[in-house]
Amino acid sequence: MTTPSQTVGPFFGFALPYADDWALVPEGHPGAVLITGRVLDGAGEPVPDAVLELWTGETGTRGALARGGPGASGFGRCATEPDGSYRFRAAPPAGPYYSLTVFARGLLRQVLTRIYLEDRPDPLLDSLPPGRRATLIARPDDAGAHRFDVRLQGEGETVFLAF
Amino acid sequence: MTHPPYLSPGYRSTVLRAPSLPPVEMKADPEAAELTSPVFGPTEIGPLDADLTAGRPGEPIGERIIVTGRIVDSGGRPVPGTLVEIWQANAAGRYAHQLDRHPAPLDPNFSGAGRCLTDDEGRYRFVTIKPGAYPWRNHHNAWRPAHIHFSVFGTAFTERLVTQMYFPGDPLFPYDPIFCSVPGQEARDRLVAAFDLDVTEPEWALGYRFDVVLGHTPMEDR
Repeated sequence: MTTPSQTVGPFFGFALPYADDWALVPEGHPGAVLITGRVLDGAGEPVPDAVLELWTGETGTRGALARGGPGASGFGRCATEPDGSYRFRAAPPAGPYYSLTVFARGLLRQVLTRIYLEDRPDPLLDSLPPGRRATLIARPDDAGAHRFDVRLQGEGETVFLAF
Repeated sequence: MTHPPYLSPGYRSTVLRAPSLPPVEMKADPEAAELTSPVFGPTEIGPLDADLTAGRPGEPIGERIIVTGRIVDSGGRPVPGTLVEIWQANAAGRYAHQLDRHPAPLDPNFSGAGRCLTDDEGRYRFVTIKPGAYPWRNHHNAWRPAHIHFSVFGTAFTERLVTQMYFPGDPLFPYDPIFCSVPGQEARDRLVAAFDLDVTEPEWALGYRFDVVLGHTPMEDR
């Protein structure tokens, strides 16, 4: 029988983060995508003690944890800042989306979602009403990044997935 | 039912963080990226990373323990080469984290974080110190039972699991809203390690066994 989940708690910061964990590819990597956003709670307040994991869908040319030098990793991790913000620099996803998971104090189990870099015909997106669909699509920002906020609860709540 | 509901009001932090809508059930799609998982290589892990008592000038204070077990999928098959990360408070119940304000001593010889890859049979093994219980501010006189945080990957990103391992017979269990958020005693018991004399090493360290089952079995409610 499956082992139950428990919250990541508030004190993962000395254990889970690793150097340049958010940078799956080095600066200047061809086609690199910068994703930024914030994690927000049901009151619209930032969640300063979440940790996000990005999975591109393929392993890449260096190990998941390997950083430094050239090459691409398929996996990245980023703990949120006091303002709830996070960032990733990654190669384009293997398919139309990145897989994103969020752990936090107060989440007894992670939430799993997707970041689509553009609106497009897609079995999941097409199954959602327009307002919910929009929560899965990153918006370009002025700095050339893709903006993707995660709203855990309430108005504009991000679509979370169960497999 | 295995996992805790997101909204467990006894654990106050869930009230504004639990999603209010049920997750969207995904239709079977063998191409889904979530059904694949990062692969980890042995060169990514340091040789001392699985010994939380090593790498410092002195020995940490507390009861030295060995924690070992197997990571298996819902079919009971071992998951080899997967990353297992742990973190915990020290023997006095204090985390080496700047936001932990519990007035218990830090131990300069104990960081409380480790990691390893499972072997070909899905086994992991850590040497560490038995963590202490500690207070938190969830409610009056709230104390967390001693626990070790576990982070486990698996063969699919959907199997990703973060959980906590507890120690047998802890008197704090019935008072802990995080432990009790798991529905039913049987499922809670899966979070409690077993003392194991075969893991115990004479004149050196007590042994505990904690197996982890990932994914969900077909008959099981998520």
